[in-house]
Amino acid sequence: MAEQNFDLVVIGSGPGGYVAAIRAAQLGMKTAVIERESLGGICLNWGCIPTKALLRSAEVYHLMQNAEAFGLKADNIAYDATKVVERSRKVAGRLSGGVAHLLKKNKVMVIEGQARLAGKGKVKVEKDGKPAADLAARHIILATGARARELPGLEADGKTIWTYREAMVPEAIPKSLLVVGSGAIGMEFASFYRDLGGQVTVVEVVERILPAEDEEIAAFAHKAFEKQGMTLMTGARVGGIKTKKAGATVQVTDAKGKEHTIEVEKVILAVGITGNVEDIGLDGTKVKVEKGHVVVNRWLETDEPGIYAIGDLVGPPWLAHKASHEGIICVEKIAGLDHVEPLITLNIPGCTYCRPQIASIGLTEAKAKAAGHELKVGRFPFIGNGKAIALGEDQGMVKTIFDAATGELLGAHMIGAEVTELIQGFAIGKTLETTEAELMHTVFPHPTLSEMMLESTLAAYGRAIHI
Amino acid sequence: MPIKITMPQLSPTMTEGTLSKWLVKEGDEVSSGDILAEIETDKATMEVESIDDGKVGKILVAEGTDNVPVNEVIALLLGEGEDASALEGAGSGSEKKQPAKAEKEEEPEEESDDEAASEEKEEEQPRAERKKADEGKSARPERKAEAGSDDGRIKASPLARSMARQADLDLGGIEGSGPHGRIIKRDIEAALESGGARQASAEPAPRAKSAPAAVAPLPEGVAYEEIKVSNMRRVIAERLQESKATIPHFYLTVDCTIDRLLEMRADLNGRSDAYKLSVNDFVIRAVALAMRKVPEANAQWGGNVIRRFKDIDVSVAVAIEGGLITPVIRKADTKGLAAISDEMKELARRAREGKLAPEEYQGGSFSISNLGMYGIKQFDAVINPPQAGILAIGAGEKRPVVKDGGLDVATVMSCTLSCDHRVIDGAIGANLLTAFKGFIEDPLTMLL
Repeated sequence: MAEQNFDLVVIGSGPGGYVAAIRAAQLGMKTAVIERESLGGICLNWGCIPTKALLRSAEVYHLMQNAEAFGLKADNIAYDATKVVERSRKVAGRLSGGVAHLLKKNKVMVIEGQARLAGKGKVKVEKDGKPAADLAARHIILATGARARELPGLEADGKTIWTYREAMVPEAIPKSLLVVGSGAIGMEFASFYRDLGGQVTVVEVVERILPAEDEEIAAFAHKAFEKQGMTLMTGARVGGIKTKKAGATVQVTDAKGKEHTIEVEKVILAVGITGNVEDIGLDGTKVKVEKGHVVVNRWLETDEPGIYAIGDLVGPPWLAHKASHEGIICVEKIAGLDHVEPLITLNIPGCTYCRPQIASIGLTEAKAKAAGHELKVGRFPFIGNGKAIALGEDQGMVKTIFDAATGELLGAHMIGAEVTELIQGFAIGKTLETTEAELMHTVFPHPTLSEMMLESTLAAYGRAIHI
Repeated sequence: MPIKITMPQLSPTMTEGTLSKWLVKEGDEVSSGDILAEIETDKATMEVESIDDGKVGKILVAEGTDNVPVNEVIALLLGEGEDASALEGAGSGSEKKQPAKAEKEEEPEEESDDEAASEEKEEEQPRAERKKADEGKSARPERKAEAGSDDGRIKASPLARSMARQADLDLGGIEGSGPHGRIIKRDIEAALESGGARQASAEPAPRAKSAPAAVAPLPEGVAYEEIKVSNMRRVIAERLQESKATIPHFYLTVDCTIDRLLEMRADLNGRSDAYKLSVNDFVIRAVALAMRKVPEANAQWGGNVIRRFKDIDVSVAVAIEGGLITPVIRKADTKGLAAISDEMKELARRAREGKLAPEEYQGGSFSISNLGMYGIKQFDAVINPPQAGILAIGAGEKRPVVKDGGLDVATVMSCTLSCDHRVIDGAIGANLLTAFKGFIEDPLTMLL
C-alpha cells in the first residue's frame, strides 16, 4: 500500500482531535485525522450534545407540567420517548455533519478506520479488519478519548446495566432507575430520567454528591434533587448487582453500614471514565500510561518524541473544551508559534446540565482555604434577582471566592437556571487576572441573571445592594 | 507600481526619526494594518503600519539608521500580481540611505511564477507557506519593553497590580511576559522570588520614578493628608523637573505699553458680535509674528542638531483642574486675530473638559503662559521641554512712565522670556522680545 505523507496525523476526531486538525491546517500543515466511528467523537455523538438535547426535552416537559404557574393551560401532557431520542440523535447527526464540512473546508484529510502506531512516525489504519491506509507523519497526536470506567462486579451489559451510551437512547423511560456515581454524567442522567417521571436513586461512594463541586453548591443541589423526589445515598457502596429477566436487584451498603436491597428496572454506571489507551500501538514506544491515561508534559508531549496526546486520554478534567484547548496548544507548539501558553487548569470552567444547572471555575472554598488563602466569600441567591423571579426560577445561588489580600478571583460557583451560560464571564475574568475591583466596575445589564455575578462579588465585600 | 512606504511624520514637529527596527523582512506578505517597523522620535517609539496589502519587495533603509527624514521612502511593497522586476527603478530618488542593493535572486520565486504554469501539487505548498506567513503576523514579535510603554502607562493585569501594591513592588522595573508585554501574575511572582521580595520587606520602595526615593519624614504630630499623585501631576512633575535640571534657562524681561492695543481691541470688539478678542489673542499673534521675524528662535535642542521648525506652532498654557495643559495653535502666524481667538476659546473649553486629542496638545515649538488675569505683575516661567522658549505674560496695569522727559501714566504689561541657552543666545532672545514688543505696542503692524 502506498504510504501517504503528512505533517500531522491526528488519531481521533472528537473535540480535541478535530480542533487540533483544523488549527494545524490553518497553520499550513498537511493534516489527516483518523476516526473509527463518527466524526466529532463522543462529545458530539454520545456525550455533551445529545445529552443537552435530551435534557432540553425534559426541561420543556417540566415547564409544561408547571404551565399553570405561568398562567398557561396544557392538558394531557405526555412525552414520546422514541421521539425524544430521535430528536437527540438528529441534533448529534447534524453537528457531526458540520464537523465533516469544517474538516473538508480546511483540507484536512479524513480517514475512516482504527489507527495504530506502527514504528517511528508511522500509522497504520485498519477498517473492518482490513488494512485501509499507511501514513507517515512527523507529528502524531493521540486524541482517542475515553470510555466509561467499569468496576469489578459492576460491568455494563447494555440491556439492564447501562453506561452513558445506552442511557442516551432508551426505548422507554424506566419506571425505576439506580445511578451509580454522582458526578456530572450521573447527575445529568438522574435529572433527565427524574424529570420524565422515573423513580431515581443515586448512589455515591463519597459522602456528598457532586464531589468535585464546592460543598455549599453540592449541598444546595442535594436539597433540590431530594425535593424533586430523587433518593440520594451518599457515603454508600454498591455491593453487587443481579440482573433478572426484567430489571435488577442492587445491594447497597449505606453510610451507616446498613444493607439495602433495591429493585430497579435499569442501572446506569457513571463512576468515571478511563482513557482509550488500548489497541493504539503504544507498546514499543516510550509513551507512558498511568492509571488509564497517557502521561504528557504541559505542552502535551509524551515521552516519545513526535507523539503527543490530548483530551480525555491524558486525564481530568474530562471536558470537551479542555480537549479542544489542548489540541490548539499542542499544534501551535509543534508549529513553533511564539507566545503559546500552557493550559491553566484552574481557569477551565465546568458545567453540569442537570436541573438545577451547576457551573463552576477555579478553587472551591475548601480548596482555597487549604491552599492557604485568606478569603472573602460572597453569595447571592436567585431570589434576590429580578430576572430569576420573572423566569419563575428563583432557586439558586452564585458564590464567589476572592483572596482577601490581592482581590484575586480564586473561584466562582453557581447553581440555578442558565448558570452554565453565565460562567464564561468569570472565566474571562480569571484569564484576564481580574480582582474584585474590575468586576465591581463592570456594568452588568439589567435585568439579567448575570447581575447576580456582580452582587455576589459585592457581597464578598459586604456591599451587595439587593440583599 | 510598487507601493512606497515612507518615513511617517508622527507629530507635527517631527522632521526625522530613527528607524529602530524592522518587524518584517523582504518577501513577507503583509496586509493593511500590519506593523512593519518601529520608529523612534524624540518623544516616543511608534509603529509604522502597512497601508496596503502586498509583499515586502525591498527594504531601503536598514534598521538602526538615525535621522531618516520624514517622507523618505523606507521600503517598497509589491502589490497583487507584481513581481520583483517591478522593483527596478522604483523607489529611486530618495533612497540614498539604501543599505545594500537588494539582490534580485533573493526574491522568492513562487509568487512570480505564472499561476497557470504551476501544477496543482505545487499549489498546495505555497498555500501553506502563505498561511504560515499570515500566522506569523498575528504572532509578530511583541515588544517586551512596552510594559513600561510610550505613554507612560504600564500594562499590567489587575491582579499583578494588586500583588505589586501588596508587596510594594515598582511595576516599572518588571518585564511583562503576558500578551503584548503585559505584566501578569507570574511576572510578579518571579520578581518576588528573585529578590524583589527583599525590596518588599525592606524600606517602602519608591512607587514611581518621579517620586524621590526618600521623602523627608515629618516630625510626629504633624497633621497632613496624602493626596494621590495623578497621572497629569506625575507628568508635570517629571517634565518640569527635567526642564529645570537639564535646560540652561536665562530670562529677559520687557515692559510693553498696551494702551494702543487696548484701544484697538475695544474698537474691533465694538464692530461685531461675531468675535470677542482678548489681550491674550493679541499676544499669541504677536509671538507668532515675532518668531517669523526671528526664525532662529523657532527651534529646539536635538542633541547633535538644532531642529529649526518651518511652522510656527504656539502652545498656550491653560489651567485645568488638577494641573495644566498646553493646547497648540498651529501655524499661528498665518491666522488672523479672530481665527486665533475662536480656536483658543474652543481649545480651552475642551481642555477644561479633558477632551483634547493628543495631537491638539502635543508638539508646539514655543509656549505662552499668561497669569495677567490673576494680577501677577511679572514672573519667570519654566520651559516646556523639548521647546526652547516660553513667554510669561503679566497683568496689564496702569503705571507711572517717563514720556518725553516727563511723568505720564500708561498701561504697562511686563513680559518675561525664558530661553534655552543651548538654542537661543542672549541676542536672539533679545531680538525676539524686541520684535514682540514692537507688535504689541504698535498693534496695527500685526496686520502687515
